[in-house]
Amino acid sequence: MTDYTSAEMMTVTAARALENGMTCFVGIGLPSEAANLARLTHAPDVVLIYESGTLQTKPEVLPLSIGDGELCESALTTVAVPEMFRYWLQGGKVNVGFLGTAQIDRFANLNTTLIGDYQSPKVRLPGGGGAPEIATNAGEVFITLKHSKRAFVKDVDFVTTLGFGRDGKGRDGVPNIGKGPTRVITDLCVMKPDPATKELTVVSLHPGVTRDDVIQATGWEIRFAETLESTPVPEANELEILRELKARTDRKHAGA
Amino acid sequence: MAEFLSLHDAVARYVEDGATVAMEGFTHLIPFAAGHEVIRQKKRDLTLIRLTPDLIYDQLIGAGCAKKVIFSWGGNPGVGSLHRLRDAVEKGWPHKIEILEHSHAAMACAFEAGAAGLPLAVLRGYVGSELPNVNDQIKFIECPFTGERLAAVPSVRPDVSIVHAQKADRKGNVLVEGIVGVQKEAVLAARHSIVTVEEIVDDLTTQPDYHPNTCIIPGWAISAVVVAVKGAYPSYTHGYYDRDNRFYKEWDVIARDRDTFTAWLDANVYNASSSAEGDA
Repeated sequence: MTDYTSAEMMTVTAARALENGMTCFVGIGLPSEAANLARLTHAPDVVLIYESGTLQTKPEVLPLSIGDGELCESALTTVAVPEMFRYWLQGGKVNVGFLGTAQIDRFANLNTTLIGDYQSPKVRLPGGGGAPEIATNAGEVFITLKHSKRAFVKDVDFVTTLGFGRDGKGRDGVPNIGKGPTRVITDLCVMKPDPATKELTVVSLHPGVTRDDVIQATGWEIRFAETLESTPVPEANELEILRELKARTDRKHAGA
Repeated sequence: MAEFLSLHDAVARYVEDGATVAMEGFTHLIPFAAGHEVIRQKKRDLTLIRLTPDLIYDQLIGAGCAKKVIFSWGGNPGVGSLHRLRDAVEKGWPHKIEILEHSHAAMACAFEAGAAGLPLAVLRGYVGSELPNVNDQIKFIECPFTGERLAAVPSVRPDVSIVHAQKADRKGNVLVEGIVGVQKEAVLAARHSIVTVEEIVDDLTTQPDYHPNTCIIPGWAISAVVVAVKGAYPSYTHGYYDRDNRFYKEWDVIARDRDTFTAWLDANVYNASSSAEGDA
């Protein structure tokens, strides 16, 4: 199948990043879509955890909020929110945190707090939520968001959530901390942090996307890996399952 | 021992101007009916604590009840911004409010520490985040045993906590199930507590769904129990009614504009009686 949108390409690629059997702490929105697609395709035993306390949940439709009833009803068990963050996340039971963001910089720091100055913000964003501790207490972090110059900035206005810090060394020497962001999946490409500098580097371009497309959509001089791969296209069954999932979700949230 | 009160009387008695109030419920069981009663009684200068301000605090902020908001994620879940919160922070309407923001992990730990009677919560948190630069309630301490640097935040000790739950029995014992959030912690951390419920049953321990680990908050740990049918709407009560996701989306339009918000508040809160909010 060749007929797919760039948004579908992003979701399918993000879903493929999850391996069967992984324990994944899922953010709402794009990460949730990707994580559930993974569960419905190649990773039936992926364990999805949402910060509302729902452990090993298998929602039939994508939740609009992090605490939709659907998440609880389809979970193995539901625990209190302090237990969720203390025992399960901080206790080291989560392999991967899957996050979205409003702004990301070259060292994969995330900003979901505000644009502008803290005391007189130009745009006030929702804030940190679970992300600051998911990003440091999960084994590693996947990030997915749409590629744009507004989102991909050289330096975020505010570090809500640690990637690798303002100098790329934010995790150095810190005990009991996860590996941090290991990949960023957008609608144009896949990026990984450079092993030495931690600066995000494009490792794979989606089919039909040029280097220039990525350069134009990134707010810093983006680097490309020496051997640049081409991201595999979505399979027919992945697209079919994703579209069914989204259609079911739309019907449910329209109140039908 | 919990007293059975009307919604009006419970709010009038326990929510004082200037009080620190936690109305909890993690997406689920958000005590909207009680929040509306606080608005109707024109309570002022409240310090409002919640992990997710959600529509309930958006309404209280827009209605002018809040002086300060302590929170960790201030969006409309899955929809976008809380426009009344943003308008207050960005433009000072209806007046300027102070905000103090945390992460969910820190807030959850702070509620738990409050319930445990401790002055602070300790967590492995805020590593590399700039939130400690803008919130002087986030400090770092050294573990006396390992030397590890850990985050510390003050415990949450509200003057009054308000939560919603499924049901209470004649003795005021409350059953809460589904996504339980920090419901129990909020009640136990507070000086006074109001629990609104969908219904009263005779005895929770003889209910068919009762089992030895059922999450029960004993009546003697609660100040007031209030019947508020659909008291969590447009959020939801597991086993009773679903979250009205459509209303959450509509709220984006209602709250975006000061006039439509004010008109909504007039029609649905000021001109609704507490009995229309399910107060029995």
